Amino acid sequence: MSYQFSIGCSLGNLKGIREFVRTSLRAHRVPEVEMSAVVLALDEMCSNLMIHAHHCNPNHQLGLRIEVPTEGTLIFEIIDEGNQFDINAFATPELGNLIHEKRKGGLGIRLVKAIMDNVEYLQRDGKNVCRLTKTIHAS
Amino acid sequence: MVQIRRLQEEGVDIIAIIGEIDASSSIELDLTIAKSVGEGFHRILVDCTALEYISSAGLGVFMSYIEEFKDKKIHMVLFGLKDKVANTFSILGLAELLHICPTKQEAKQLLNELSV
Repeated sequence: MSYQFSIGCSLGNLKGIREFVRTSLRAHRVPEVEMSAVVLALDEMCSNLMIHAHHCNPNHQLGLRIEVPTEGTLIFEIIDEGNQFDINAFATPELGNLIHEKRKGGLGIRLVKAIMDNVEYLQRDGKNVCRLTKTIHAS
Repeated sequence: MVQIRRLQEEGVDIIAIIGEIDASSSIELDLTIAKSVGEGFHRILVDCTALEYISSAGLGVFMSYIEEFKDKKIHMVLFGLKDKVANTFSILGLAELLHICPTKQEAKQLLNELSV
């Protein structure tokens, strides 16, 4: 099964992204806590891209693709054009440093890396594809 | 998307968050806490019973006040987190950095103990 969605780079659209992820996964019996975690990770990745790569320009589009090749395996792809924003290039910030510097950012990268099993980047048809993989263990 | 209400009880400022906090709405939480601090409150309760979702933008707001609160001897306790919301705090290890209680009563009690 695969699901697709496309949305402009406006932070007001994050709610729509969360709804798309929840709706797409509803038929795949993902437990509530895992569902909330993957919804959060997608929100974090998309808001990072919207802010840092697209400067919240609503005319820029993000494509989302969810694939469930087998029950329990979730593959998320975020597709965009422009500068690549690679979270693997950023060191995971220490919590203590974030508190000391009173930084409101940097936590999202920690969350995504904690929630997803794998985050990789590739190019397809001249576009950036960020692929996140998550295995859900049967409850 | 999010509604934030304030009410005061016995010198405690209670901030109730209703709905979802993400990168588009975290500014409202930030402004509300800043207002509470600006009005001179030293005891703040955050009612999370109707908080359905929080992303790192909202968590970052709470974290950004930790040092300022320590310096100004301001105490803040969160209560009533749903499991799915509490999970977000614990993934980051924030549950140990912030004061979080299950109920309002326990949160008030902790606030009184911290303020002594």
